[in-house]
Amino acid sequence: MKKGLIIGLSIAGGIIVLLLILYSWIVGGYNSFVSMDEEVKKSWSQVENLYQRRMDLIPNLVNTVKGYANFEQKTLTDVISARSRASQFNITPEVLNDPKAFQKFQQVQGELSGALSRLMVTVENYPQLKANENFLQLQSQLEGTENRIAVERMKFNETAKVYNTAVKQFPKAMIANFFGFREKPYFSALAGADVAPKVEF
Amino acid sequence: MWLKYLLLFLLLLPDAFASGNYPALSKYATDLTGTLSQSELNSLEQKLRTFFDSTSTQIVFLMIPSLDGGSLEEYSYEVAARNKIGTKENNNGALFLVVKNDRQLRIEVGYGLEGVLTDATSSYIIRNEVVPSFKNDNYFEGINLGINAIIAVTAGEYKQIKDKDKKSGKGFPFQIIMFIIIAIISMIGGRGRGRGLLIGGVLGSMAGSRGGSFGGSSGGGSFGGFSGGGGSFGGGGASGSW
Repeated sequence: MKKGLIIGLSIAGGIIVLLLILYSWIVGGYNSFVSMDEEVKKSWSQVENLYQRRMDLIPNLVNTVKGYANFEQKTLTDVISARSRASQFNITPEVLNDPKAFQKFQQVQGELSGALSRLMVTVENYPQLKANENFLQLQSQLEGTENRIAVERMKFNETAKVYNTAVKQFPKAMIANFFGFREKPYFSALAGADVAPKVEF
Repeated sequence: MWLKYLLLFLLLLPDAFASGNYPALSKYATDLTGTLSQSELNSLEQKLRTFFDSTSTQIVFLMIPSLDGGSLEEYSYEVAARNKIGTKENNNGALFLVVKNDRQLRIEVGYGLEGVLTDATSSYIIRNEVVPSFKNDNYFEGINLGINAIIAVTAGEYKQIKDKDKKSGKGFPFQIIMFIIIAIISMIGGRGRGRGLLIGGVLGSMAGSRGGSFGGSSGGGSFGGFSGGGGSFGGGGASGSW
């Protein structure tokens, strides 16, 4: 009877040890996903901030250009309406978890990028506007913001890659799946992005 | 224009950044085109080195012949980020890049300097301080004026922490703790020989950590060039051409 008790206890002890190991593995995995997820969120909010910064620059830009009475109105109104569409898009943290919303976000921002690009190309034909110190300052701020957006998108993709790789690798993928850690989307170049906009005169 | 930035950054996978010809900088002023004379280069080196010594801000100058069709912004970012210009704590670094044959230039600004060396200010410096001289083929003059302007704008932003203060600031509690530990051990400890070894070892490691302060050590005055302090970049700055 004693032997039976010992065996019984050892088995119970072994099971407990295994459960503890399993528990700490799961907790470890979960916590690492949480911290990687936070990194992605942080990177995402930096991208968001920069897009917002771009939005904030636009009213000044439009007003400076408007002053040149014979400036092509269509390029201006295109920028204004693209900006309006972009600002109507509600950015919530959930955009990261919803691929469709993420696509929509990229799209409205891409359209705004296109409208701005056309505006800047048009300005090339107005030498006085081009030399205006106010305009030059706004232009440099806009270009700076566009460059930062490009850099932060790249950094976001790198962070998302780290997270996505971890979430998909076996066996931790089981933990990720169980707790609802889904794959994050990547920023991609938009179709037609390589074609410089043609401005007809 | 913007889409060009997007395309170039986004289509390049992180792996692709491993290739590409980004120079590892060992001096504050580097000219790979042979335009500047040695004495001109030395004066720039001296100026930038001194600025770093007194403020810990790293302004680095690089002139290359051509981008060979590559993107100015991408190249500039990569050189700045890979060389980790600026300190890790403050990200107070900037790269002044001139691409001579392509007639393009850029000031790449680290996170920590974006507050004073704004995009607009960088653009202003390029257009008003540098380009007029470049248009007359006065390269050294333009570069010098540009660097002076960058220094003027960023001076006073950061201070170089004197090695002595820094070490005492960081190391002070650590050394007291070690002393207490040694004292306890020597009180507990048995034979003299063992105690001596232990104390010797501890003191030796403390002495070792003294020499390990980061880049800005006082001994680097005459020799030694540039060494990145770990700074990072976010794409701020401005580009220009002439």
